[in-house]
Amino acid sequence: MKNPDLSVKIGKLKLKNPVMVASGTFGYAEEFSGLVGLHKLGAVVSKTITLKGRPGNTLPRTCETPAGMLNSIGLENPGINKFIKEKLPVLRRAKAPIIVSIASENDPQEFVVLANELEKIRDVAAIELNISCPNVKTQKSLISQDPEATFQVVKAVRKVSTKTLITKLSPNVTDITQIALAAQNAGSDAVSLINTLLGMSIDVKARKPKIASITAGLSGPAIRPIAVRMVWEAFQKIKIPIIGMGGIIDASSALEFFLAGASAVAVGTANFIDPKISNTIIEGIRSYLKENRVSHLEDIVGALKA
Amino acid sequence: MGKTIYQEKTRILSKQKLASNFFLLKIASKKIAANSAPGQFVQIRVQDSVVPLLRRPLGVHRIEKNNFEVLFQVVGKATEMLAQKNSGDYLDVIGPLGNGFNLQKRGEIILVAGGMGVAPLVFLAEKLKKSVDPKSKIQKIALIGAKTKTQILCETEFKKSGFEVRVSTDDGSKGAKGYVSDLLKQVLRTTHFALRPNIFACGPRPMLKEIAKLSKEFGIPAQVSLEEHMACGIGACLGCAVETSKGFKRVCKDGPVFQAEEVIW
Repeated sequence: MKNPDLSVKIGKLKLKNPVMVASGTFGYAEEFSGLVGLHKLGAVVSKTITLKGRPGNTLPRTCETPAGMLNSIGLENPGINKFIKEKLPVLRRAKAPIIVSIASENDPQEFVVLANELEKIRDVAAIELNISCPNVKTQKSLISQDPEATFQVVKAVRKVSTKTLITKLSPNVTDITQIALAAQNAGSDAVSLINTLLGMSIDVKARKPKIASITAGLSGPAIRPIAVRMVWEAFQKIKIPIIGMGGIIDASSALEFFLAGASAVAVGTANFIDPKISNTIIEGIRSYLKENRVSHLEDIVGALKA
Repeated sequence: MGKTIYQEKTRILSKQKLASNFFLLKIASKKIAANSAPGQFVQIRVQDSVVPLLRRPLGVHRIEKNNFEVLFQVVGKATEMLAQKNSGDYLDVIGPLGNGFNLQKRGEIILVAGGMGVAPLVFLAEKLKKSVDPKSKIQKIALIGAKTKTQILCETEFKKSGFEVRVSTDDGSKGAKGYVSDLLKQVLRTTHFALRPNIFACGPRPMLKEIAKLSKEFGIPAQVSLEEHMACGIGACLGCAVETSKGFKRVCKDGPVFQAEEVIW
C-alpha cells in the first residue's frame, strides 16, 4: 500500500500531518532545535502571548503528580511587540506552520488588539485564542467557562481577523459542548480540546501547597481519559474540526483522539519527557494507517465503533 | 547558547554505593563526556513509564575519557529506581544542559559544597587542576558540609586535585560543628588572600543565600549553582524560574550557575 495521506485542513490552514506541539510546552521551538525535526511537525503553537507581557507567577511553578504534572507559569511572555520582533523570527526557523496563541489579561477586548497585530503578518498561519488558562489570577472566571462570553470574544476577533481561528477550551466546565457550540457559532474555525484541569497538590510535611499559586493546571497522561471523553462529546455536537490534546505520549494515545473525533492532535507535556516524541508519533500514526489499510487519516476521524 | 544538546540511550558502566543513600553511576557517552563543562547537568529518564513521568536533573559529577559520572542521593521514588539500576542497563539521557561555572584561573579558589552540592564541584576541581598552572601555587580550598560524617563525600577527589579540604557537619560528628557557610565565614575571616579569591558554591538554597551574604560582606565574587525541580530542562516550559535583578530567569537554561549578587534571595 502506498503512503497514507496524513494531511488535514483546519479552516484555511492545510497541514502536512495532524501532529502539532501544544502551546506552552514547546517554548518558541528554538529550545528543541537539534533534538527533534521541527520541519516535520504539523504545526508549532507558540507560548501564549499577551498585550503587555507578563513576568509570570511566583515560585514554585511546577510539580510532578501521579502520571501528570501541575503547572502555574502564569503566561510568562514578553508581550506582543517583543514577540513579533524577537520571537517570531526564531519561530520561523522551525520551518513549520506557526500558530500564535494569544490571551487577554483584564479586558477581553485585548484579543481584538492582539489579533489585529497578527493580521498583517503573513507567516502567522493561525491564531489560537487561549480563553482557558487557569493560572491568571486577575481573572475571576475563565472566558471559556461561559458560553456567552466565549461567543462574544470569538465573534469580536472574527470581525477583525481573516486568519484561521482556533479556540482553546477549558475542561473545567459542566458541559463542554455548550462552549464548543458557542465558539463555532461565533465563527471559530476549530476548537482545541482541552486545556489543563484545575488541580492542587499538598506537601503534607510542610502543610503547604506544592505550587505557590495553590491551584494549578494538571496535564499529562492522568488527564487523557477526560480529554478523549470531551473530544467525543464535542464531536457529536459541532461541525468544525477539533484539535485533541491532553496526555498524548505515543501514537496509540494520539489515535484515541482521532477515533473520538479529533481531526488533529497536539502533544504537550510529553515534549518535556522526550523532545522528539512528536516526530515519533507522526511515524506511529503513519504505520497504523498502513497496517489498517486506511488511505486518508480523515477516514478514522470519529471512527469509533460504538 | 548555541551549544549542542544530545539525547542518547546510554549504557551504565558501573554503579557504586558510596554511603547509605548515595550512589555513583558511571555512564558511557562520548558526546556528553566531550561536551560537558563543570556546572552543567543532564536530564535522566529513570524509566520508560508514566510514574515517574518527568526526567530528573543531575549535575555532571566527573568526566573520564568517553564516560561521565553522576552522583546522587536517594530522596524519592525516581532516585530510588535509579539506584536500582545496574551496569549494563540503559538510560535515556539528555545533555549537557545549562550554563556551567565561569572558570577563573587567577586568584585563590574556594569551593563550597553543601550535601549533594559536592557533585558538580568535583568536576570543577578536576578541571581547575588541569587549567591552572601547577607551579603557580595558587591557594585552593574546598569546604564540604553535610548533616553527619557518613555523608561527607569526595574528600579524596578534592585532595587529588590539589585542594586543601575542610569539613563541617551539622551534628559535629566530623570537622567543625555547624553549617558549611559558617565554615566559609571563618575561612574568609582568618585567611590572608594574596590575590583576589573566587567562590564557587553548590548546595541547598538557604546555604547559597548565606554565601551570597558573605560574598557581599567580604567583597568576594561568588558563583552559585541552583537546584530546582524541572520539567523540560531545556528552557521551554519556564517552570524552574528564579527571580534575579534582571527579572525571572530560567534555572535550567540561563543557569543553573548564577552570580550570587544577581539572585534575589
